[in-house]
Amino acid sequence: MSKPKVGFYWCASCGGCEEAVVDLATDILSVVAAVDIVFWPCAMDFKRSDVEAMADGEMAVCFINGAIRSTEQEEMAHLLRRKAQLIVAFGSCAHTGGIPGLANFYDREGVLQAAYGNAFSTVNPEGTRPATTVHVPEGELELPELYDNVKTLAQTVPVDYYLPGCPPPVALIVNAVNAILEGKLPPAGSVLAPDTAMCHDCDRKASKPDKPVIKEFKRPHQILIDPELCMLAQGLLCLGPETRSGCDSACIKGNMPCTGCQGPVSRVRDYGAKALSALASSLDANDDAEITTALADIADPAGTFYRYSLPASLLYRRLRPNGGSQK
Amino acid sequence: MTTTKITIDPITRLEGHGKIDIFLDDAGNVQRAYLQIPELRGFEKFAEGRPAEDMPQITSRICGVCPTAHHMAAAKAVDALYRIEPTDPGRKIRELVYNTFFFEDHALHFYFLGGPDFVVGPTAPKAERNILGVLGKVGLEVGKEVIGVRKQMRDLIALAAGKAAHPVFGLPGGVSKPLKKDDQEQFIAAAKHGVEFAQFSLQVFNDIVLKNEQYVAWITSDDYTHKTYYMGLVDANNKVNFYDGMLRVVTPEGKEFVKFAAKDYQQHIAEHVEPWSYIKFCYLKNVGWKGFTDGADSGVYCVAPLARLNAADGMATPLAQAAYEQFYATLGGKPVHHTLANHWARLIELLYAAERMVELAEDPDIIDPNIRAIPTEVPQEGIGVVEAPRGTLFHHFQSDERGLVTKANLIVATQNNAARIAMSVDKSARGFIKEGKVDDGILNFVEMAFRAYDPCHGCATHCLPGQMPLLLHVYDQEHNLLHEIRRDGA
Repeated sequence: MSKPKVGFYWCASCGGCEEAVVDLATDILSVVAAVDIVFWPCAMDFKRSDVEAMADGEMAVCFINGAIRSTEQEEMAHLLRRKAQLIVAFGSCAHTGGIPGLANFYDREGVLQAAYGNAFSTVNPEGTRPATTVHVPEGELELPELYDNVKTLAQTVPVDYYLPGCPPPVALIVNAVNAILEGKLPPAGSVLAPDTAMCHDCDRKASKPDKPVIKEFKRPHQILIDPELCMLAQGLLCLGPETRSGCDSACIKGNMPCTGCQGPVSRVRDYGAKALSALASSLDANDDAEITTALADIADPAGTFYRYSLPASLLYRRLRPNGGSQK
Repeated sequence: MTTTKITIDPITRLEGHGKIDIFLDDAGNVQRAYLQIPELRGFEKFAEGRPAEDMPQITSRICGVCPTAHHMAAAKAVDALYRIEPTDPGRKIRELVYNTFFFEDHALHFYFLGGPDFVVGPTAPKAERNILGVLGKVGLEVGKEVIGVRKQMRDLIALAAGKAAHPVFGLPGGVSKPLKKDDQEQFIAAAKHGVEFAQFSLQVFNDIVLKNEQYVAWITSDDYTHKTYYMGLVDANNKVNFYDGMLRVVTPEGKEFVKFAAKDYQQHIAEHVEPWSYIKFCYLKNVGWKGFTDGADSGVYCVAPLARLNAADGMATPLAQAAYEQFYATLGGKPVHHTLANHWARLIELLYAAERMVELAEDPDIIDPNIRAIPTEVPQEGIGVVEAPRGTLFHHFQSDERGLVTKANLIVATQNNAARIAMSVDKSARGFIKEGKVDDGILNFVEMAFRAYDPCHGCATHCLPGQMPLLLHVYDQEHNLLHEIRRDGA
């Protein structure tokens, strides 16, 4: 029997998901032995026509990382969806929008203006902007078009499974690959990670307050963080209670609060709304004045609670007076 | 006149992908080759409104290959924004982690990406011109060593910084986590191992590349040579430093042109916009943008390993200094203008990174718990700089009194090099494509022009098996496909 065919692709991402695959270290050799990698731009022939020539469903699985924000990425997502039996959204950006999804607080014009207009060190008196079609003396050059909004992969094509994290932890990648190879996959639509909160595995859970204790939130740079004590007990906004586990609480081990890159557990539709409600329940505040004091140092609530998930949220993006482009 | 356009799409990625368009005249010779970068994610915009202390974690997502560089540049920028000096142990832990990151990043480039062109050979069969071919030359044991060293170093970054991609430990005033005695011992052991590994790597380069006259001829070939300005961070003795110091620029003749503090970068560095690429092209403001051309009258400058060596007076550690001296003695004195010499310079920096790790890891301060100072000043504006493996990296933030970012400016390493990389691709294409003749070997020679810079094209810098796949289309004027050449990556 021939080996299952596997593809990897990236969209609007940073390369960290590809590093996570390389972080399999010697385990990658057993993966390569068990499957036939037929598409992996960083490592194999990057050729769209090779994918186009495949029969529909020829790939057993394709792992796609990155958010969707250009015409080219959208086309590739549709193409790979046709050619792969399973699509796994790999990492925070494909799963929930990720850090690039923060661009949905703004629009394309704002992004372009910040880069090419009024940036401190940019000298551009003629207001030159990159264009999708450019005439140069020798001929014509083309660039892809950027969308106004950042989308998740599932907002673009149907997704079968999700690997959470920024980037996904190595242990979760190994488990996912093994589950696919052994045909022991959970129901379609599942996130391939434990369905428990990060706190569940946290070394500091014994010191987690069991009742509302926070009178005033602290920002990480404002205090010396105790390396043993639960972040919430120190008044730090830690998103562990509403974030899915599977990361071995890596950020906590770095003595910093969880920022939620693994996304929510399955029972939660909107991560940021859940985070807000969990926060409310840990506040020891009884009147408006106390609540105002307690919340004063949550300086950027939307950008904090939706740090990795704005495109996937019920909000999706900042509202615009004219509605804006739907793309 | 008939113009033929050759498209190499994609070459590799820079948080998106790179694409080369080559225009040929009717004789089949190159009119001009364009390297285009087709993506933009808008970090400078969506940094606005976010807390400044989160910038180290948010901006590390610019690049998962060099997240530690962005993390560190942002941490230094927010130090300045809050007008707080990190404690000595905090600063030393940052620099230790930073050199650990530099080591793993440089080692991977040599063995997986740049190395195959030399260790296996630029015109070797394409199926061998990759990491597997390297293993065939240097042995499987060395291959396991390469994978093992990378894992050892990345595990240490995670130990100190939370995660290797993406670190979390940088905060204004220092770091979040102290190192323990046991951590220190692991760093010392890894650093000493790293020194041996770097020396071995230089020996490999010496035996396989420098003893091969043809390779030396490629390195010194005019097709891979540009006489530009060079920039890099230097310490108080004008020695290379990755984490801190002053920025020093030398002229194409190797004389000091200017030395400036990062906070003054706007007086010296400017960015030019072209309509055919999303990347902006840096130049020396006081020389001016004169287009894609080299020489002392053009503001085009170069960063990354070769530039850092050219811009400094030497290396701050003894073994790296000896290697530095051999480098210039062999290549005919300073400055060296040969782009492909970046590979050798990178290994000298690999050795320096390991030696610097030993110094820092053995410093008693490294386990001092006084790792962070708490800011008390009202935040305003901060500029931070580090040398990323691929060159100088600037982060610049302004904030309101609560420390919410109001404006951000980021100049990433590859932008500094963008003009020279574009020129290198153009020049090598002109040098190697004659009378319309293109084949796999020619593709690789064009590719080698940008690969030497280790451009931060996302994964292309780090993934197995390290050879960038190429697809080259030759069209006639009516866009009919004349022929296609493909070169598989594996």
